Amino acid sequence: MQYRLNVNGTEHSIEVDPDTPLLWVLRDAMNLKGTKYGCGAGICGACTVHIDGEPVRSCLMAVSSLGTSKITTIEGISASPVGQRVQEAWLKVDVMQCGYCQPGQIMEATALLSRNKAPSDGDITTAMDSHICRCGTYTRIREAIKLAAAKEA
Amino acid sequence: MLPTELQRVIAGVKRPTRRAVLVASAAAGGALMVGWYAFAKDQPRGDGELNAFVTITPNNAITIVAKNPEVGQGAKTALAMMIAEELDADWSHVTIAQADLDTTVFKGQYAGGSMMTPENYLPMRQVGAATRALLIKAAAKKWGVPESECSTAKSAVYHHASKKSASYGALAAAASRFDAPDPKTLVLKDPKAFTIIGKPTVGIDSARLVKGAPLYGIDVTVPGMLYAVFQKCPVFGGKVKSANLDAIKKLPGVKDAFVVEGGSKEVFEAEGGTVSSGLLPGIAIVATSWWQADKARKALQVVWDEGPYGATSSESLAKEADAAFLKPATLSLRNTGDTDSALKTAAKTVEARYDYPFIAHVTLEPQNCTAHVANGKAEFWAPTQLPEAARGLVAHTLGIDLKNITVHMTRSGGGFGRRLMNDYMVEAAWISKTVGAPVKLVWSRADDIGHDFYRPGGWHQIKAGLDKDGKPVAWKHHFVSFGKDKKFASCAGMSPDSYPAGRVPNMVYGASLIQTGIPMGPLRAPGENALVWVFQSFIDELAQAAGKDPLSYQLELLGKDEKLPGRGEGFSTARSRGVLEKVRQMSGWGRALPPRTGLGVAFAYCHLGYAAEVAEVSVAKDGAITIHKIWSAVDVGRQIVNPMGAENQCQGGIVDALSHALNQKITFANGRTVQTNFDGHMPVTMHQVPPMEIAFVLSDNNPTGLGEPVFPPVIPAVTNAIFAASGKRVRSLPIDEKSLAV
Repeated sequence: MQYRLNVNGTEHSIEVDPDTPLLWVLRDAMNLKGTKYGCGAGICGACTVHIDGEPVRSCLMAVSSLGTSKITTIEGISASPVGQRVQEAWLKVDVMQCGYCQPGQIMEATALLSRNKAPSDGDITTAMDSHICRCGTYTRIREAIKLAAAKEA
Repeated sequence: MLPTELQRVIAGVKRPTRRAVLVASAAAGGALMVGWYAFAKDQPRGDGELNAFVTITPNNAITIVAKNPEVGQGAKTALAMMIAEELDADWSHVTIAQADLDTTVFKGQYAGGSMMTPENYLPMRQVGAATRALLIKAAAKKWGVPESECSTAKSAVYHHASKKSASYGALAAAASRFDAPDPKTLVLKDPKAFTIIGKPTVGIDSARLVKGAPLYGIDVTVPGMLYAVFQKCPVFGGKVKSANLDAIKKLPGVKDAFVVEGGSKEVFEAEGGTVSSGLLPGIAIVATSWWQADKARKALQVVWDEGPYGATSSESLAKEADAAFLKPATLSLRNTGDTDSALKTAAKTVEARYDYPFIAHVTLEPQNCTAHVANGKAEFWAPTQLPEAARGLVAHTLGIDLKNITVHMTRSGGGFGRRLMNDYMVEAAWISKTVGAPVKLVWSRADDIGHDFYRPGGWHQIKAGLDKDGKPVAWKHHFVSFGKDKKFASCAGMSPDSYPAGRVPNMVYGASLIQTGIPMGPLRAPGENALVWVFQSFIDELAQAAGKDPLSYQLELLGKDEKLPGRGEGFSTARSRGVLEKVRQMSGWGRALPPRTGLGVAFAYCHLGYAAEVAEVSVAKDGAITIHKIWSAVDVGRQIVNPMGAENQCQGGIVDALSHALNQKITFANGRTVQTNFDGHMPVTMHQVPPMEIAFVLSDNNPTGLGEPVFPPVIPAVTNAIFAASGKRVRSLPIDEKSLAV
């Protein structure tokens, strides 16, 4: 099937099976490899993208369900000032170990700071708790979110 | 690392003949390494290519090669920092390139055992110093001045008397014509003069990672590439009888589907006939997209020959362990003094049984490999911790000459020991060869968790005797583990020197082995990740039986300062004391605490490093635990190479251990792994992560690694704190909060 998708502000035409999850459309049909496969079941959060600004698990989102939604991936998140601040904070704190989960973490953190400019520790835990960092960089993720929030203030 | 027999099998494969390019130096110790790393005279060398590690272009861009794979441990950045320091490079001029596997030039191209720092700290600095010497030589020759009058700083050579200076970029082409200097002439910097080593440095790939750059194995794309899934028998040791392959081949996008019979019997036998990092039997499905391949797999109907292990379950293994405890240990590991007599005459005895489960690695990037096998050659793009073993395995299984195998090491989305085994690489190679095209094999999460080389579970029965002062005089230990014919399965063993060996006069360590088809292998701090919990918990029990403060008891037991038998230079009681004293001070040990709150302490010598940890834990009446904080004192020698990465490794080690303590347990039923995804085997997430405080004890010892040492004491520190808070001893992992309820 032919689909037109709005990804990172650009219209793309792609040919995939209707039940193909957005994750695999992005990775293999559009060569946007920043969105990661971790569990395929919505558990780990590595595949998190924004659909109309909301964080969603792209591994569970069939391409046929997307319609005209605006999709933003890690490759396009710096177009938003919040996303850019989050990426800068991630780099400043050097959150990464292996780094594989971090695109998903950054997408979730950007969504959090977009709806809550000054999240408390509890707010951060609630928002980020559904993401696995197998290397255990959680302390730095929290620190980077606070740094990004402080830059907004 | 690998089972010895497997190494022998791999070593038996014909070796390359290009050894002639190595320049063997007679110099001793680490100095030899520069010779190994220098290009031979007859090796063609490009302008500005100073040796295998450093290339400098006229615009002063310095490219440093990182020879080891990057799995998140920070090798790529830290190895380059070591070279750049002695080179006197301006770090802002440095870019880092990842080496391919090339054993004709590089040594030790692996990630494991916390060995990156200890093996490379001196040689990499020597590479930097040797490169700097070439640049000085070029400048001195150009200016007609003695080399001894030249100095370097920030990627430039200076001659102060004549006020001349030249950038490395301007000198590199001329410098690349000289032979490598004699290692004996190299003078390394006084660490006080370091400007790069010891400075917190952001990871070299971090700026690209936050933007989602495609750096991982799973991100590789090569022209004409197809995608594959590989379905193995869910029962360990099983193989394919028949499958509906004709139906599968008709599904959308599917290019081919076929049975893989499996690899070399020799490799299986070398690994005890159970565990295999070789090619297991299964069914490959190759398609034009991974989604289509994986979707086709859901329609797969296979009749399996489940082999001899189809009845294995966690319960059956526990029953075998119970039976083993009724008999004497079959394997004697240690026997000093007269333990039975000493137990009879002891003033007090303490007895306990401990057990812990199997655990899977679950790297967040599932196992994957892109392979292109054609015309007797093989090319790989893969996340691997041990590429040399992968090459040997492929050579052995597919009959390809080692020199015709190229391995490009991609960044790995985690390793933790899983990618020391290269089963996914040989699978990808076989599939690529069969379909005659480049193939990217990606395992699903179910493949990954169902076909791991698990951290082995284990059971321990210990009885100790104390004298009238509470000092342990006897220790009888029966360990029920896994293996065959009196030989432990991979990473299922216990060292006869396990502490407190050497501190208890009458001691018996024995083991009994259960044979099973479950694959086992190294997981972060192999062995110690579970054994230290058992030993440090039981020492805490002895302190309690002796009516003594646990931390003071540990210090007393350490006794005089000396080296006990152990890995590397041995187990230093002085360095152990150092980290225990430090963590006592950090944690405010002995202070008043709220009700149902306690502090617990533990320490370990692991992978050449020393760590002591204190946990503060509260236990609610319903058994719910809250870990308020973890303090960690770590001694990995006199120098922390990259404090930014080092702190991150320590935090990661603590968090990883908490996953074992609180959440993770692999179980088996009907010969197969029960868990199919992260649910049921969750790494801890943010709500379970306490504040952590880490301090490095800088001792006058050579720098060693941090991937492993911080992990082992975490679990006993937590469970000992639970005892201090609640009076309940945790003797089975993961912690069952219900068992702590009042």
